Order: sequence, then structure tokens, then C-alpha cells
Amino acid sequence: MTEQSTSSETRRPDRAALVIAAVLAIIAAVIVYSTATAHGGSSTRVGPSAFPYTIAGCLFVLAIWTAFEAMRRDFPEREEQQIQPVIWIIGGLAAQMLLLHITGFAIATGLLFAATARGFGKGPLWMTIPIGIVLSFIIWVIFAKGLQLSLPAGPLERLI
Amino acid sequence: MDSFSLLAHGFAVAMQPFNLLYALIGVTLGTAVGVLPGIGPALTVALLLPVTYKLDPGGSLIMFAGIYYGGMYGGSTTSILLNTPGESSSIVTALEGNKMARAGRGGPALATAAIGSFVAGLIATMALALIAPTIVKFALSFGPAEYFALMILAFMTVSAAFGDSTLRGLTALFLGLALGLVGIDLQTGQARLAFGIPDLLDGVEVTTLAVALFAIGETLSVAASRSSGEEKIEPVKGSVWMNREDWARSWKPWLRGTLIGFPIGAMPAGGAEIGTFLSYSVEKQLAKRPEEFGKGAIEGVAGPEAANNASAAGTLVPLLTLGLPTSATAAIMLAGFQQFGLQPGPLLFANNPQIVWGLIASLLVANFMLLVLNLPLVGLWVRLLSIPRHWLYAGILVFATLGTIGANPSTFELGMLLAFGILGYILRRFGYPIAPVVVGLILGPMAEQQLRRALAISQGDVTVLVHSPIAVILLLLAVCAVVVPLIMRARGKGKVLSALAANED
Repeated sequence: MTEQSTSSETRRPDRAALVIAAVLAIIAAVIVYSTATAHGGSSTRVGPSAFPYTIAGCLFVLAIWTAFEAMRRDFPEREEQQIQPVIWIIGGLAAQMLLLHITGFAIATGLLFAATARGFGKGPLWMTIPIGIVLSFIIWVIFAKGLQLSLPAGPLERLI
Repeated sequence: MDSFSLLAHGFAVAMQPFNLLYALIGVTLGTAVGVLPGIGPALTVALLLPVTYKLDPGGSLIMFAGIYYGGMYGGSTTSILLNTPGESSSIVTALEGNKMARAGRGGPALATAAIGSFVAGLIATMALALIAPTIVKFALSFGPAEYFALMILAFMTVSAAFGDSTLRGLTALFLGLALGLVGIDLQTGQARLAFGIPDLLDGVEVTTLAVALFAIGETLSVAASRSSGEEKIEPVKGSVWMNREDWARSWKPWLRGTLIGFPIGAMPAGGAEIGTFLSYSVEKQLAKRPEEFGKGAIEGVAGPEAANNASAAGTLVPLLTLGLPTSATAAIMLAGFQQFGLQPGPLLFANNPQIVWGLIASLLVANFMLLVLNLPLVGLWVRLLSIPRHWLYAGILVFATLGTIGANPSTFELGMLLAFGILGYILRRFGYPIAPVVVGLILGPMAEQQLRRALAISQGDVTVLVHSPIAVILLLLAVCAVVVPLIMRARGKGKVLSALAANED
């Protein structure tokens, strides 16, 4: 959690919070558009579109409120962020997602493991990737063989 | 039948050898995962849900109950030995507990936390068993309008009443509600917000959302900040047993904590934190030596820890009797029920009494097991704390994705996991609470159903929502839950509310 700060030197609007306000408004617009263009549904008095419209309306109000707070800089102070670890971890998750059905669970998840460790500053990859793959392979054996979860198999998993 | 004979039947279910084994596995896993720093009860439950997929409903829910209680116990160990205020459900325990550990009294601190949790869990679970049938009887008279009002109240207390901003709480809630719209409308079969993607027709999985927001969001934000230095684990020196004075100073706080925690958990107010903070300030007021507070007063561990567990059991009251989840943990448990086609609520008590009462009985059994697991074996759990952070978070992500893959091995589902993970990071970065998103996702469609049912019965007359006095009172309370905090914050009393924030649980 970020700490609430009492002092704000600048009175410029909080740009990031303005972006959030805009995103909320866009979500509201998408809900309205998607609901308005939907086909079918029956002619009950309160049909499937009433709730979406209400939520979209509320989101729109919240967007305006957020913009208002952004102008007043009411959002909590944020600490500096390091972007590199975030990229490593997101990269690891993306790699796992894309490779899962190609290389199987163990290799894909091993890469995620190594990338996350790298995000926390632990390397080198030639050491962490094999560790991750062995670990994921053990997990695969326990969960796919023992608990019968359907975890995708690849070349490694087919060995047993 | 009265509660006790029903509970006796429950014990007959819970004491079956296989169910005992499930409970044991549940409490062990729950403690092990709950001990890991940065993992609260909500994430513990979400991560371990896939383990229960292949069991029968009864066994699975029993294991689940063990995981839930185990996660609560594990969390307190972490906060005593490792000062991690990030773990919100036991922030207060960390205040005094960590000071005690630094003074070399970590053993008694752990013991009073464990025994206090046991006492509170025992009393609160009995209270749950006693009042559940009454509430069920009452709830059977509820129509859709009353349910709708109840859900609105739950929405407002979960999102707006506590925390440091009404705006951000409500925004988080409505994000969850918007996600709840995705999928096929239950009453008309119309696809909503699916954008022609078949994978979206089933809607957004609660577990996917919860795991992504809690596990991936947390991992990203810890990795990105890394401003805090290495945390120091306080070794447990000396005996874990409490001396006579510790006992004398602990037993009243345990009971008071239970008395405070249970009603707060049982009301649709959400969050174990509120009770722990209240209990802490009560103990501080009543203490013979208030100057010890802040330096390691055992009362400050015993009371809040009991309140924490009592309110965790209290949360099960609205969940089991009304089907109303008032915390992220309860929302995930509801998802656990739903995977077996069980809908908690008054009808579950009527139709599946052996499951409900077996569950309540196994909560008591799990509580006993946890006392045994936690006191003598605490050294084992402490060792889990020393896992380096890079391995820890790498492991958390492996298990987080394992759960999603196990439930639905599709690339699209993993994509959603990643997207929600990034959302979780952004929410944390800008100070949005997480729990309202999860509660909104699961409760939103239920509220919509009740609303439409009410309006269908009244043939579209909206005033049906305020016809019964119960519904009116509930709706008025919901309005208060939003307006009162707004006024308090405007008058500069916001600090109190943000201290009571229910972040994770």
C-alpha cells in the first residue's frame, strides 16, 4: 500500500489519475456500445440490458469523480518504480502462455520461474532455467499423475 | 432438529477417516502457504482451490475449511517473526508480536496467538453452529427484494465504508461488477460483453481473477518497488510455552477478542481487520500496564489474534446462511462451492445438511489439528520464512499459473490471468483496494438476478424494492455505509477509516 501523503508541492493535475478517469469512461462507453448492439434477448420488462446500462452509468460518474480528484491531486503519493523487473515477470508469463501447448508444462513454466527469479535479481539464467524446468517437471508429475489435473504435456512429459 | 444433534451428525461425517485425512492435508497446506510472506488467507485459498478439484464435494469442502483456518494461523506466524505490515489481516499482531519476538519472547507470542486462535475458533465456530439455523429460518422468508437490498448493503460496506477513499473503493467495486457482466445472461441466454470470443461466454472465473489480482499483482508490485531492505526474521529463542503470567494476561483478551471479532465478521461488513483493530484498542484501554503497548505487550497479540480468527469464522455466517460473501476469501470459497454446483444459502441447509454440518464440524476438527500442528512444529514453519524472495515469488507464480492451467488449460485463460495481473499491479500502485473487485465479480450477477426476479414478480413496479421494512432498513444502512465515511473523511477523520481498511481479506 502506498502511504497517504499530506504535502503536495505541485498543484498540477495528476496525469496518471486522469488516464485512469479516461479508461473508466472508455470502459463505460464500451459497455453501452456492446449492450446497445447486442441482438436477441427476450422482452421481459427488465431485460438483460438494464444492469449493464446502470453499471456503465455509475462507471461514468466515477470517471468524472476520478478526474475531479486528479485535478485536486487527491491521489496518494506513489513511490518510484523500477520498470525492468516488471518487464521480466510479464515476459515470463507471456512466454509461458505462448509456449504452454508447444513445449509442454515443464519447459514453459520453467521459463516463467527463471524469468521471475531474474526479475528479483537472481541469475544467471543458464542456472535458473534448468532449476525451474526440473521443479515444474516434478510439479507436473505430482499434479498430472497424482491429482489428475489436465496439464499440457510436451516432449519432456512424454518421456514418462 | 436442534443445532447440537445436527452438529453431531456433522461430526459423524467429519470423523470419517478419509475426511480426517482431507482436513489434515488442508490444514497442513494452508499453514505452509499461509506462512509464506506476502500470501494472505485469500490468496492461500485461491492458490489451493485447484488441489481440491478432483475430490468429491464433501471432502473438497472439508479440505477447503482446513486451508482457510490454516491460512489464518500461518499468517500470524509470519507477522510475529517477520515484520510484514503488507499482510493486512494481521497487521495488529505484528505491532506487538514482532516487538515481543525482538525481545526474545517470540515463543510465547506464537503460543498466545495459536492458543488464542484456537479458543476463538472454537467459540466462534460453535456460535456459527448455534445461530446459523435461526438465520436460515429468517432468510427463508426473504424474497428477491430483500436479497437485493442485502447485496447492495454488502457491496457498499465492502467497497465504500472502510479504506482510505470512497471513490477508489467504489471504482474497484464497479470494475468487478463490469467484469461480472461478461458472459451469457442467465435469464435470457443473451451473450453480453463477449465480443464474439467463445472463451468469454462462460464469464470471468473468480479464481482466475483472484489469483491474478493477489498473486501476480502482488509479485509485480513487490518486484517493482524493492525499496524496502531485506526483512529480518526474528529467531524463536527459548521455549514456545507460556509462563503463568502469560496465561493470566492472555485469557481475557482471547475471550474479549472473540466477542469483538465474531459479530463483526458475521455482519455483512467484511474484513477481519476491523475486529483486530478494535480489539487492540480495547486491550490497550483495559491493560494494567498500558505503557507496555508498543514495546511487546502480550495482550496486544492475544486479543487481536483471537478477534481475527473469530471474525474469520463469523464471515462464514453470511456466506453459508445467505450465500453472501463479504470478503475476498469468502468470495473465493463461494466459487469453491459453485464448482460443485452447490449454492450456499438457506436451501443448502435444507437440501445438503450433511455437507453444511460436516463442514462446520470439520472446522472444529481443523481447529484442533492446527493447535497441534502449530505449537510443537512451529520451528518447521519458521524455516519456510527463510526462503529467499526470488525463489519465493518465482514459486508463487508457478503455483498461480498451475491453478489456472489445471482448471482450464487454454492460452486465452492464461492471457486473462496476465491481463488481470497487470490490472492488480495498477490497482495497488494507485491505492485501489482489491477485495471489492473480487466480491463485485461474484456478487454482481447474483444481485442482478435477484433484482430482475423481484421486478418480474412485481411486473416492473420498482417500488417493490422498498415494500418490506427489512429491505428499507437494509437499503438505508447501505446509504449510511457510503455517506457516513464521506462525511468523516471530509471532517478529517479519515485516518481512523484507513486504519480499518480491509485490504486483502
